[in-house]
Amino acid sequence: MLRKLGIAAAIAVAMGSAHAQISDGVIKIGVLNDQSSLYADLAGQGSAVAARLAVDDFGAAKKGMKVEIISADHQNKPEVGSSIARQWYDVDKVDVIVDVPTSSVALAVNQVTREKNKAFLVSGAASSDLTGKACSPNTIHWTYDTWMLAHGTGSAIVKTGGKSWFFLTADYAFGHALERDTEEVVVKNGGKVLGKVRHPLNAQDFSSFLLQAQSSKAQIIGLANAGGDTINSIKQAAEFGIVKGGQNLAGLLVFISDVHALGLQTAQGLILTETFYWDHNDKTRAFAKRFAPQYKGNMPTMVQAGVYSAVLHYLKAVEAAKTDDGPKVIAKMKELPTDDPLFGKGMVRKDGRKIHDAILVEVKKPSESKGPWDYYKIRSTIPAAQAFRPEKDGGCELVK
Amino acid sequence: MTEIFGVPTQALFGQLLIGLINGSFYALLSLGLAVIFGLLNIINFTHGAQYMMGAFVAWFLLNKAGLGYWWALVIAPIAVGVFGAIIERTMLKQLYKLDHLYGLLLTFGLALIIQGLFRNEYGSSGLPYSIPSQLQGGQNLGFMFLPNYRAWVIVLSLVVCFSTWFVIEKTKLGSYLRAATENPELVRAFGINVPRMITLTYGFGVGLAALAGVMAAPIYSVNPLMGADLIIVVFAVVVIGGMGSIMGSILTGFGLGVVEGLTKVFYPEASNTVIFIIMAIVLMLRPAGLFGTQR
Repeated sequence: MLRKLGIAAAIAVAMGSAHAQISDGVIKIGVLNDQSSLYADLAGQGSAVAARLAVDDFGAAKKGMKVEIISADHQNKPEVGSSIARQWYDVDKVDVIVDVPTSSVALAVNQVTREKNKAFLVSGAASSDLTGKACSPNTIHWTYDTWMLAHGTGSAIVKTGGKSWFFLTADYAFGHALERDTEEVVVKNGGKVLGKVRHPLNAQDFSSFLLQAQSSKAQIIGLANAGGDTINSIKQAAEFGIVKGGQNLAGLLVFISDVHALGLQTAQGLILTETFYWDHNDKTRAFAKRFAPQYKGNMPTMVQAGVYSAVLHYLKAVEAAKTDDGPKVIAKMKELPTDDPLFGKGMVRKDGRKIHDAILVEVKKPSESKGPWDYYKIRSTIPAAQAFRPEKDGGCELVK
Repeated sequence: MTEIFGVPTQALFGQLLIGLINGSFYALLSLGLAVIFGLLNIINFTHGAQYMMGAFVAWFLLNKAGLGYWWALVIAPIAVGVFGAIIERTMLKQLYKLDHLYGLLLTFGLALIIQGLFRNEYGSSGLPYSIPSQLQGGQNLGFMFLPNYRAWVIVLSLVVCFSTWFVIEKTKLGSYLRAATENPELVRAFGINVPRMITLTYGFGVGLAALAGVMAAPIYSVNPLMGADLIIVVFAVVVIGGMGSIMGSILTGFGLGVVEGLTKVFYPEASNTVIFIIMAIVLMLRPAGLFGTQR
């Protein structure tokens, strides 16, 4: 497939272009994510659908801009992700890579993008290091991050009395970052961490780990994992009577696709932090209504919504900067305020962090839900200024 | 409280039991593989996909036909077994005279196709399937809380494993089967329909995978990739136990479940590699596996 795309790109080059500043006349967007495994539903092809919707809404065709979207599966492996990124930048003339869930892969692509001096818009990955010690003039971290999750969900739970914690952590960059950021919040708010256990990515059986969590007698079992791992942990925790025994689960990163897979019976009462909920206001509902028919009736997750928002702002910046040169567009994106129907008004900081409101939600009881995908009660809104880590605390070299 | 290597003995008992539960899935799956390999000489890489199909049939029965877990326990293995028999009749049959590798390639390809189709249709997060009402709740054993459903999994798996072993090793039907693999011509001369027997055996092995799938549905989510994740481990179990050895695969299945469970306590980071480390060691010391005989 990549070869075919390469040929398409070659033809596009041969045909020439009116836009001298747009390299080879086409703005080429590469959606890189998990399309076959545990994170495929929360990103996957849905992110490509969201990117296409953004291109339509931007009105690229009317403005005479040629935009092409390609996508690939990184299989959650950093080496696969970085070799696709290299191939895209070098051979297929991709200008920007978007999405890239799985922090370990995102950190690798972050490095490759910097080396090749292109642009990288992260929506799916969570590690706050992307705007901290690994920040780059070529990268913007769009939708959410581990610091935000820890402070949203973590502090809400500590404040309601959950003082002693045990962590169940996915054993790679993302899990470590989420555990670290949450532990900091817990300790700062007077809580303590009684223990932690690290499980391999994409584990099936969590009963051993849950048993360790159970015998720790911690009030809160913090799930520093995501996707299929979170689904299985929550499901099996119910089976082992953990919640009935008086311990509570804190899903530190739960997506609406996970709630859908768990069913409300199992997921009810979970408290979690999102930056986007499809049923939040008229604009988000209108988007969801267009999105769902193109993605087998599924509602968009915040990752997919973030891809939409990021691509839209990217195209605005290309238009304003009159070039698709990586660092120049990124600089323009930081300069222009952001405004889109899904995340409202916001901005991109110097360290590459996109700023917008976050929402703290609670999963409805089955009796409260009017039907499929009616899952959240919104408990509170965390204003943009407090939702993300202060710029000076991240240790990003671009800020100094 | 007494401790072993810094872990309280009580917690250790809990982990041993959990290991046995996981081992019962390994045992059921590797048993099916061992039956198919021992009697048909086919390395059945579709096994994981067939396990997944079992779970999906249970989900379909519940959501489309209103038939619950107990029905699924009976219907799913038969339905998926028939599907397996059709594959054997139409495709695998052509390959018996060729090298093992061809069977492996065919079944591996089939597995990819089946998993791809399901993933395309149902996504990768999985579908909810709850524990039957009769088996909800659990017992407090003092050292751990044992969910009733998990206890049921151990019991059912033990019963199925040992009856299979009994039928194949100790009954007349089993002796026909074993004779047919040694010398099909001769057995046929006695008036036994060997091709039909082989089809049924394959169907039975596949049915075992589907049964394990139904049993897994309430614990893990019903997920198109559930088999792909498991099949590699199960193959390692079969290799450690000795390819084709029925008892070997049962005992290693349970044993490795326990070893893996203990690894999750002492060094959780290695829990997904420990089985392969054991496999490497066993292959170096006993290339035919723990219970296998060199052919």
